[in-house]
Amino acid sequence: MDITLSKTQQNIAKEARRFLKKECPPEVVQEMYSDDPAFTDDLWQKMVEMDWMALRIPEGYGGMGMEQIDMSLLLEEMGRAIVPGPFFATVVLAAEIILAAGTSDQKTQYLKHISDGTIKATLALHEPDGGDDPGYIHMSAERDGDDFLITGTKLYVPDAHLVDFIIIPVNTHVSDNFKNSISLFILDAREKGITISPQPTMDATRKLSTVSLDRVRLSKRAVLGELNQAWDPMLHALQRAQVGLCAESVGGAQRAMEIATDYAKVRVQYDQPIGSFQAVKHMCAQMFMEAESSRSMLYWASWAQDHGDKNEAAIAASSAKSYCTEAFTKVASKGIQVLGGTGFTMDNEMHLYLKRAKANQAALGSPKYHRERVMQILSPLAM
Amino acid sequence: MDFRLTQEEEAFRNEFRAWLRQTLPVDWDPFNQPTFKDPEKIRDAYRAFQKNLFKAGYAGMHYDKAYGGQGRSLMEGVIVSQETGRTCISLAMPGVITHGMALPLIYFCGSEAQKHAFIPKILDGSLLWCQGFSEPDAGSDVANISTMAIRDGNDYIVNGQKVWTSMAHFADYCLLVVRTDPDSRKHKGLSYLLVDMSLPGIEPRPMTQITGEAEFNEVFFDNVRVPVASLIGEEGQGWKMAITTLMFERAMGDVVISAAYETNIERLVQMAESTKTAGKPMIEDPVSRQQIAQAYIEIMALKFHGLRNFSSHVKSGIPGPEGSIGKLLWSEPNQRITEAAIDMQGPAGQIAGGPWSVQNGTWQYAFLRSKGNTIEAGTSEIQRNIIGERVLGLPKDAPRV
Repeated sequence: MDITLSKTQQNIAKEARRFLKKECPPEVVQEMYSDDPAFTDDLWQKMVEMDWMALRIPEGYGGMGMEQIDMSLLLEEMGRAIVPGPFFATVVLAAEIILAAGTSDQKTQYLKHISDGTIKATLALHEPDGGDDPGYIHMSAERDGDDFLITGTKLYVPDAHLVDFIIIPVNTHVSDNFKNSISLFILDAREKGITISPQPTMDATRKLSTVSLDRVRLSKRAVLGELNQAWDPMLHALQRAQVGLCAESVGGAQRAMEIATDYAKVRVQYDQPIGSFQAVKHMCAQMFMEAESSRSMLYWASWAQDHGDKNEAAIAASSAKSYCTEAFTKVASKGIQVLGGTGFTMDNEMHLYLKRAKANQAALGSPKYHRERVMQILSPLAM
Repeated sequence: MDFRLTQEEEAFRNEFRAWLRQTLPVDWDPFNQPTFKDPEKIRDAYRAFQKNLFKAGYAGMHYDKAYGGQGRSLMEGVIVSQETGRTCISLAMPGVITHGMALPLIYFCGSEAQKHAFIPKILDGSLLWCQGFSEPDAGSDVANISTMAIRDGNDYIVNGQKVWTSMAHFADYCLLVVRTDPDSRKHKGLSYLLVDMSLPGIEPRPMTQITGEAEFNEVFFDNVRVPVASLIGEEGQGWKMAITTLMFERAMGDVVISAAYETNIERLVQMAESTKTAGKPMIEDPVSRQQIAQAYIEIMALKFHGLRNFSSHVKSGIPGPEGSIGKLLWSEPNQRITEAAIDMQGPAGQIAGGPWSVQNGTWQYAFLRSKGNTIEAGTSEIQRNIIGERVLGLPKDAPRV
């Protein structure tokens, strides 16, 4: 047993922190926040040069073939800096799904270009009335000769307004077992019949869109992997993305805690720093506890994706997703309280952390959803 | 990074598991064991179990062979503690001060003579310890100790009173913190004595806690003559020794507790599977499902945080800042989990035993006992002060005028 970081892993985090301090400081994020695309090509290109897009992509497809834990360390730093833009959608969601579900030709076609930064992609998972259940897939495909005509609406699609490709799960097979009914399609975001409408989001650094498809014609070649057999690989990839959100949350919680603690050391009231008052000190201590214990959960969940058995990988991802994102929310909320009126203004960066925390909590399965998933593993016979 | 045991460690764990199965009674039920209502029984059970561990070569795993230990790795020590915590925490519990505090203190700070005199007898179960820290006027402000030890020839004459002293009514020895310099204040001038509880003038008076049992005591010291040879370390260095040994043992302690609490989660699932509400299994109730899953998740945070802390400690030799939160991570979740368990029971939550109780009323006991968790071994408030001041570097509270 060794739950410490190797030198290489420490360097991933160190390099990322140095880079983001320079290229994506709070002023830049604040500026992008009030900006519509919440993205700059310049930052994207520089991230490509850092090889970040290639981190998890296997060497055979032009990547570096690293593990989930390595990605988590990078995402921790990105969460710390609240990096806006389609990195998460492209690299953590889309690339992992292509990796898990795609044929080797498709991997060659897409992963190489994701790793060199030339394409951006996202996953359109949720549907109206489905809540956070990834199994609620009613979008159907009408067969027309060898083609499929796809109609329906997908919701909460991250950064769809910026991407080249969209991956959509569709119900393609009338079977009692929905696990044998789900297919993934990968389609050009500019395909005829697709409408992408950005929605007002609480966290403006992570834009979400509604994606409507009106008889979008797709050939068989657009099926990612095997027809009707996408459920298992999709869940597997979603688990990694959930761990990715945990990593962002740990980094965000760590930074929010530091901002509040630094402020408590210098803000003087009643002739002394407010951090000397137990009511404030204890909030800071609680924030530290939340951030550090979340990090331990993150390491377990990251490790389990590559080395645990199927059950451990699933229960660890769900436990961590629930724990780390709730912890981030608690930390950011306390962060605003410690900062007082200052923390309640747009000028201060703390609002970015609160908004990202709530976004991470709600995306890819709320804590409620993940606790139920934990329960299904703890007591598989009931229900 | 690797969360798994090595092959050798895994083999050792299996060996120790098999030994435990063989040693414990066939119908062993970890949840129906004597409590402190029967102090002799739990003491004797502890002694017998520890003696068995010692004879089988599983006592003091990571301690030096010269003092009766096994000279094995810290990890193997953790494995023994984890497995014991998982299967039979009640047998190890009376020894928590003995092995968590007395043993490391004597091992790291004691003289050769003290090490040879005490360590083998601790490991074979013949000496059970209590620790005299808190006093009526020195609770959270533990440095405010006023129990005095005044030198008189080859003895110290000890006078004063300790309180909340767990197991003093049946311990053989006491790890006693005293003020050896009457003119000193606060942390300075404190010393540690290894005191034989059978000396004349020592009187423990058990105090009944909210569970109805007496685990802790008031202990009165009336002109007790303690030989000078009982001093451990240097006179006046007691505070420093206490802090160091406590930090060293904290990481190990968290690992043991989390192992025991993991078993609690299994028990909680069993409860929900075997108990009905409105005629339906409790396990089908969505609110209970959320509560049980949350309990599991919080215990996993404790477990993996404990292991991570232990792991970095082994690698660097120094406990990291992540160690300081361990106490909060077990005490507060344990209160939430035991309360959730009796809430889930509905009206049966009121029944503390007998045929109509759920799981023999063990959750009612656990709920009441858990209220001590955020007080004993440093209150949650003191833990948050320590994190705020020593880890985060926030300023100390200045007295307001």
